[in-house]
Amino acid sequence: MNAETSPILRIESVAKNFGPVVAVDGVSIDVLENEFFALLGPSGCGKTTLLRMLAGFETPSAGRILLEGRDISPLPPEKRPLNLMFQSYALFPHMTVRQNLCYGLEMERLDKAEIRRRVDETMATTDLTQFADRKPEQLSGGQKQRVALARALVKRPKVLLLDEPLGALDKKLREKMQLELKRMQNEAGITFVIVTHDQEEALVMADRMAILKDGRLLQCGSPEEIYEAPADRFVANFIGVMNFIDGRVTEDRVFEAEGLRLAVVNARPGPATLAARPENIAVGAPGERLAGTIADIAYHGLDRVLHVKTPAAPVPLQVRVPAQGGTAYQVGDALSLKIDPARCRLFAGGGAGAGG
Amino acid sequence: MSFNATRPNLLAAPGVAWLATFMVVPCLLVLSYAFFQRGVWGGIEYTFTLENFARVADPLYAKIFLNSARIALTTTAIAILIAYPAAYAISRAPRMRQPILLFFAVLPFWSNYLIRTYAWMVLLNREGLINNMLRSFGYTGEPLSLLYTEAAVITGLVYNYLPFVILAIYSTLSRLNPELMEASRDLGAGPVRTFFRVTLPLSLPGVAAGGVFVFVLSIGNFVTPALLGGGRFQMVGNLVYDQFLTANDWPFGAALGAALIVTMIVLLFVQARATARASGESREAQA
Repeated sequence: MNAETSPILRIESVAKNFGPVVAVDGVSIDVLENEFFALLGPSGCGKTTLLRMLAGFETPSAGRILLEGRDISPLPPEKRPLNLMFQSYALFPHMTVRQNLCYGLEMERLDKAEIRRRVDETMATTDLTQFADRKPEQLSGGQKQRVALARALVKRPKVLLLDEPLGALDKKLREKMQLELKRMQNEAGITFVIVTHDQEEALVMADRMAILKDGRLLQCGSPEEIYEAPADRFVANFIGVMNFIDGRVTEDRVFEAEGLRLAVVNARPGPATLAARPENIAVGAPGERLAGTIADIAYHGLDRVLHVKTPAAPVPLQVRVPAQGGTAYQVGDALSLKIDPARCRLFAGGGAGAGG
Repeated sequence: MSFNATRPNLLAAPGVAWLATFMVVPCLLVLSYAFFQRGVWGGIEYTFTLENFARVADPLYAKIFLNSARIALTTTAIAILIAYPAAYAISRAPRMRQPILLFFAVLPFWSNYLIRTYAWMVLLNREGLINNMLRSFGYTGEPLSLLYTEAAVITGLVYNYLPFVILAIYSTLSRLNPELMEASRDLGAGPVRTFFRVTLPLSLPGVAAGGVFVFVLSIGNFVTPALLGGGRFQMVGNLVYDQFLTANDWPFGAALGAALIVTMIVLLFVQARATARASGESREAQA
């Protein structure tokens, strides 16, 4: 087996319940070496509990956590070669930036010169050298975030865990730090496992991601796989923008909804939901396929999103059109929509199941 | 001056007025006595003198001062050693249970200070509960002289001021961000090293506040040494009490009081400085 693709971290049917509350329900995930992996889900989905089990602050009720093939679930946090970057950063307020970075290495009982060398090196790569003697209270949010990251990185963990690392930053800084984190992960050559509720953040940063809901793993894959082929209606809705049209598949493989008939392949007859991304719906001349009127237009700079009222769905469908050039649209305009069935997902019934 | 800046001052006015009228003015009056001579039949003879302060420095009284300081310091140390684990345990208890535990910690305050001190006399005397219990366990020797010892005074002081220390330490511990302790574990420190390098340093402002409180209240105390020390252990408080009420030497009593107040003010000032320096850190720690 190739070292690039062997799992460094294997989560094996891990479950956790707090009394009668099931926080994590039999989740299995493989995280590969040098991967930027995201645990994504709405709040209360169990992603933070899962991360805390990886760090050692919670013990799984069932299942095992293997690091390089070794079961680490019985080990206390201080014995695990993983480090966690806390959401609150948890910088020691009575220590300077340098002392915060030294702390973890002093615990490994390294000699003074070695500690100094590694701390200096890490402060240089994270741009913290000039803040070495400051206390955390004298730092800005972005600087604290870098110290928290540096304090974990200087330990050279096998896996770095990050709990909502960008949650406390404003939008501009967050976008800058997303790329920064990715660059640092690349340079350090360390596997990152990040917890986030922000699907956009996961799409931008992650090599692969796992979507959790109510303690269960719904789907695991690359951002492209999940965006293009969501496993169920929840994932489809959670990642990016998705239009849903409820209807039914007839015996002769045609998806039918009010005002819409679409030939589909590989679909079982019965009630079904068609899921189409705004960029996979094209605007045609009136008379073609699904007729509608523009209810709203949202300008996004590069493109415009038309909210089109149709008989097929109770909420207006979102359709993405280029902002520059092309047709000038106005609210109230009648138009017709062309949906490309090859780029759509078809979910049987109201919930899980795939087709299209 | 802006409206927003004056308003807090206005809000503080009633409190400041109260303190000025009923505390600062009487204190200054009494202190001013220290600069006059004692009347032949007690009272004050308004002739300026510094003799009273010279007497305070007399080895006899200086010794009582030092003795009081030693007793107060011992009391403070013991109170902190007992209060810290208790406060730590309460702060680590489930959130729902903490108010109940705190309630039990301050329960003694619901009874009168004198009554609590008399209760200790009942416990400690030669026919008291402790000696009776020893006898029922088969001890046949001479009853132990527990009462009227320095240990009895210290026990009484520790008992009376313990809740203050528990509250002070608890309030800093409960506001510490638990993720700091987790971060320490995550970085490779076991529970013991985490305590000594993170928890303890960050809770020192609470320890200092509780400690200064106990020290200041203990060094000036006169009820506990009078009742549990039986008058054999004179502390500064008793000395001041005696000068005013027995010896009728108000000027000397005032000079002793002044010395005591200066000692306390210096201590409080040092503590306030230490807390101000640490408060930035604890604000950070509560994030």
